[in-house]
Amino acid sequence: MATTLPKVDVVIVGLGWTGGIIAAECAKAGLKVIGLERGRKRGTEDYQKIHDEYRYAVRYELMQDLAKETITIRNNRKMPALPMRQLSSFLLGEGLGGSGTHWNGHTWRFYPYDFQIKTMTDEKYGPNKLSSDYLLQDWGVTYDEMEPYFYKYDQTAGISGEDKNPFWGKRAQDFPTPPMKRTPILKKFEGATKSLGYSPFMLPSANLSEAYTNPDGEVINACQYCGFCERFGCEYGAKTSPEITVIPTAMKTGKFEARFHANVLEVIKSGNKVTGVKYLDTQSGEEFIQEAEVVVLASYVMNNAKLLMVSNIGEQYDPETGKGTLGKNYCYQILPGATGYFDEQMNTFMGAGALGMSIDDYNADNFDHSDLDFIHGGSISITQTGYRPIETNPIQRGTPTWGAEFKKNSIYNYTRTLSIGAQGASMPHKENYLALDSKYKDAYGLPLLQMTYNFTDQDRALHKYITEVSTNIMKEMGAKTVEGKEVITDYDIVGYQTTHNTGGTIMGASPENSVVNPFLQHWDAENLFVVGAGNFTHNGGYNPTGTVAALAYRSAEGIIKYSKSSGSLV
Amino acid sequence: MTEKPKNYSRRDFLKTTGIATGALIGGGLIGGLVGFNANKTDQNVSDSGTTTHEMANNQGFQFFQNQREFDVLSNATERILPKDDLGPGAIDLGVPYFIDHQLAGQYGSNTKEYMHGPFAVGAKTQGYQSRLTRASIFRQGIARLEEEANNKFDKGFSSLEVEQMDEILTAFQNDEIAMTGVTSAFFFRLLRTATLEGAYADPMYGGNRNMDGWKMKEFPGHQMAYINVIEEEKFQKIEPKSLGGM
Repeated sequence: MATTLPKVDVVIVGLGWTGGIIAAECAKAGLKVIGLERGRKRGTEDYQKIHDEYRYAVRYELMQDLAKETITIRNNRKMPALPMRQLSSFLLGEGLGGSGTHWNGHTWRFYPYDFQIKTMTDEKYGPNKLSSDYLLQDWGVTYDEMEPYFYKYDQTAGISGEDKNPFWGKRAQDFPTPPMKRTPILKKFEGATKSLGYSPFMLPSANLSEAYTNPDGEVINACQYCGFCERFGCEYGAKTSPEITVIPTAMKTGKFEARFHANVLEVIKSGNKVTGVKYLDTQSGEEFIQEAEVVVLASYVMNNAKLLMVSNIGEQYDPETGKGTLGKNYCYQILPGATGYFDEQMNTFMGAGALGMSIDDYNADNFDHSDLDFIHGGSISITQTGYRPIETNPIQRGTPTWGAEFKKNSIYNYTRTLSIGAQGASMPHKENYLALDSKYKDAYGLPLLQMTYNFTDQDRALHKYITEVSTNIMKEMGAKTVEGKEVITDYDIVGYQTTHNTGGTIMGASPENSVVNPFLQHWDAENLFVVGAGNFTHNGGYNPTGTVAALAYRSAEGIIKYSKSSGSLV
Repeated sequence: MTEKPKNYSRRDFLKTTGIATGALIGGGLIGGLVGFNANKTDQNVSDSGTTTHEMANNQGFQFFQNQREFDVLSNATERILPKDDLGPGAIDLGVPYFIDHQLAGQYGSNTKEYMHGPFAVGAKTQGYQSRLTRASIFRQGIARLEEEANNKFDKGFSSLEVEQMDEILTAFQNDEIAMTGVTSAFFFRLLRTATLEGAYADPMYGGNRNMDGWKMKEFPGHQMAYINVIEEEKFQKIEPKSLGGM
């Protein structure tokens, strides 16, 4: 029997970026906020011995414990779905900070084109550019409406960058801190892309170029370029993350309480409102009901969708009939690129997660797609994140993967190989969706989330095209051998690709085709907010965090307004 | 450098490898033996002028129970990452001890992974679906390496010539060997990956002895900052450091 706890203004599920942002904003506005985090408390002092590739990058120390909960996966509806037994393709976070602890810090704003992708694609290319199997839709909000919230996040995080990309949406203010260092490796890319007529610029980074105090008074330190960023926490407090910014900001108000080892099992709905959440204290084994005026789901894409499904809130999407919105438009990202093998040794082991240069000449609708069989594109970047020796063993195609020749080549190439890669946009397809699995359960007896996903023709065409562009850039950079990424066929969960999963709890202007409204307020329960990359109706050509955070800031404003006046925010 | 360097004698080596007991003398171990001594000599005249072995504490079995199994593993890892003119191979790097220690812990028992049934084979794109833990897979894989060696060449794996070892390992890699509950290709991938992990993980895990894996790759290990050198055009040769205090 669950113990019911006194009602608070806001209960938040998950304390990563979105939960942290909403906690900070609501607590600053005077609301009593409780955050439930199923992982543990952690912070900079836990990251002092983190330069350990094996423990953190290979054995995934900071990631979700799959023994307790995972998802099932299949490429299409005809296959039986089987559990993802090990992490590989994407790395789910757990604990205070969530994936915001182990991210790299690439901080982008999705394009004006992204927010109105359906309208703008139809206007320019006609309504049949992609077949009707692709479920393109506008987001219900425009870039101009989002701009102040993008900037709010830039300020909170102290983003380092330069406003030199001629393509991206207008920025009302410049970056809070200057760009990171232009290293010799980055300059190779800069020179090559300039000579090919493109417009390179420094990648917007949440590893800061200089120490910075944000508007809430939180200090973020200067990056030391140690080469241990993605999959690691930062020992300097120089990679902006929730536990050094929004969480302490929320704490300082005295209105916020974080509860750890609190695994939420259900959102409790009554009529057209929710009353709170049921959670398990995974240490004591006790169940609690935390009542609240407002419930905010701020866990990762997978768990936000699952919690709605197991709580029977909203209608499950059915690919057969096209009915239902929950689980719809699950998207991923497509990763074209090229690798170049050089003669000269380079300092490839130095770096920072978001140390890079990019071009956007082939992102969004920045180039003409009239004669192409795909839409959108991707940012193309070189990043110097620091090659680490267990996972970086570059060998050219045809080289044996073990033995004397492997050893010689992988060691030689370790300091002589560069890669460029793109964050290829991913378009929603009617057959790619999330649902509940009927066979496999988590440690608490709830069904696992089931993912049905495969690459589509759009993805394959985009991949091929951007790989060719990347290959040309790498040749121009002076590599003696260049290998483009191999063509993609079926999505395979083995091998790390990207932790940029999106969709399933999508936003939109109408309850007919979305789960939440543009303030991320649930259409079927006005005091329930669902926040995260699950709101994306498609995935753009950038890393998602900047856009996720901006949506969270806008939603926080909506929650504060709702707590005063109730009713629908639209 | 908190740990006192300890010289590693030929007698110690013979004792720990089991050669002195006359168990198995094969191409692989002989190669390892010769290589080990040559490497030791190199160490004594290294440019820093010091010896920095820190291996002794990491030796001893936490997972394996007999020397024969351990020698099969040792020789297989050495074929994956052999000693050459660049530096030590898997045996001299301590990789077999690294794997032994890993199999005894979280890695070997898959404690952070979803191991509930029902189990099915699944498509390749659905990844690892075995009911077996890594510890079971290694134990079975090593037994099959021995069986194959005996079937094909009438000798234990560790007594084979290196070309014969490679032939068997290639058959595993190409999924030509029947295994139970797992494929031989999967076992081979696991073995290959674990070998690289042992060669290049921080030495505190028992492999990458003397940071020789890192030295070969010119990776400086645990450095606090590159902020002052990252803009240099020239390649930076930096003495490596381990988290374990070396």
